[in-house]
Amino acid sequence: MRALKPLRIEGTPEARLRPAIWKLTDVRLRVGLAALVATLFFVGAVSAQHRIGPSGDIAAKISYCKDCHGVSAQGYNGYFPIPRLAGQQPVYLQNQLRAFIEHRRTNNIMFNVAHSLSPAMVDALATHFASLHPPPIGGAPRQKVATGRKIFEDGMPEVNIAACAACHGPDATGSGQIPRLAGQLYPYLIKTLNNWDKERGRNPTVPDASAIMSPVAHSLNRSQIEAVAAFVSTLR
Amino acid sequence: MRNNGASLAIAIVLCCVFFAASAHGENLAVRNCTWCHGGGASGYPPAPALAGQRPLYVEKQLAYFHARTRDNPFARQYMWGAARNIDGESARNLALYFASLPPRAANDGVPNLVGVGRTIYQEGMPEANIVACVVCHGPNAEGIRDIPRLGGLDYSYLKRRLEQWNEGYHAAAGPPMISIASKLSGDQIEALASYLSFVK
Repeated sequence: MRALKPLRIEGTPEARLRPAIWKLTDVRLRVGLAALVATLFFVGAVSAQHRIGPSGDIAAKISYCKDCHGVSAQGYNGYFPIPRLAGQQPVYLQNQLRAFIEHRRTNNIMFNVAHSLSPAMVDALATHFASLHPPPIGGAPRQKVATGRKIFEDGMPEVNIAACAACHGPDATGSGQIPRLAGQLYPYLIKTLNNWDKERGRNPTVPDASAIMSPVAHSLNRSQIEAVAAFVSTLR
Repeated sequence: MRNNGASLAIAIVLCCVFFAASAHGENLAVRNCTWCHGGGASGYPPAPALAGQRPLYVEKQLAYFHARTRDNPFARQYMWGAARNIDGESARNLALYFASLPPRAANDGVPNLVGVGRTIYQEGMPEANIVACVVCHGPNAEGIRDIPRLGGLDYSYLKRRLEQWNEGYHAAAGPPMISIASKLSGDQIEALASYLSFVK
């Protein structure tokens, strides 16, 4: 390849003293610049394409989740209650999606859903849902809230039930594998507590934290479950 | 005694006339629906079956037709006029009446699409971001509250409604059906409509 001649710097002596002030009249410089711009554009376009691919997938998957769990992931009362995911602990969401796959948690629909998600997608979804904070959808009977608050805050020492707040936090926002309960759907909470052992901890070869809740769910009677569910479902 | 007998006879006749008139009145309101919706309200395309439909759903739809917020072409052409004079109480009574009638499946879908339709309905297609209809519409597509029964409705109605979600109609309906239907292909809509037309 022929070596390029040094660039001729035109202009006044003052201009010559300032380096890197070149006139764009030089053809080689123009071609070089055009090539540089084209290269940058190409690289940018390719990397943008790479970005759009996965992020487009994430947006589509979020939309898919929200088709059932609500436009703000606030939950939805379908034929079955579909839980709120908004503000949920990411570690809890990640663990539950794994629980469906590992048959620790039984739910045919969510088993299929969880199977379609890559680990990176699970992380992205968990982060997204944790960041949402719509108001609770409500619908719980108000007259049960006061009793529920008492059980949640003080527990029932006479039957050896600890305060829910001890693990789920004073605002029921959860932490780590312990789920947020604040704003959760009233019928979903009732169904879950009533069916605890039928839905959770179902794979004896993979014991999990759901065992902690099992005796609690058993010790609560129907009306106590309704009271606690009513209280936490109203929390923001 | 003779007078008493005459009074009784007159009373009986008046009662008969009254009951006949009131029964006739109820029949007229229902009749106005079944002219199009078919005998036993079991559907007569393009009018869908109302028999066994969720009463809260029917009541709400009549309110939407009355307010002209449910706005697809057949709604404009037929139901806006039909619902013009139906107030809240009449809508509730009609809805409860139709809900009490036994539903009969239209059975008019494409039989060899039923398998795919059942899979979409019962399991969804997670890879394609298509949710399972069963979660909201129920295991037998019977619906609940204001979520409609889909089981046994006729193929053409089901197909048309699934297509219309993304044609800008149904201004009255909130999420999630517009988003859900936007992910369904034409073939998938036909499969769902076929499956549901056979569900009892």
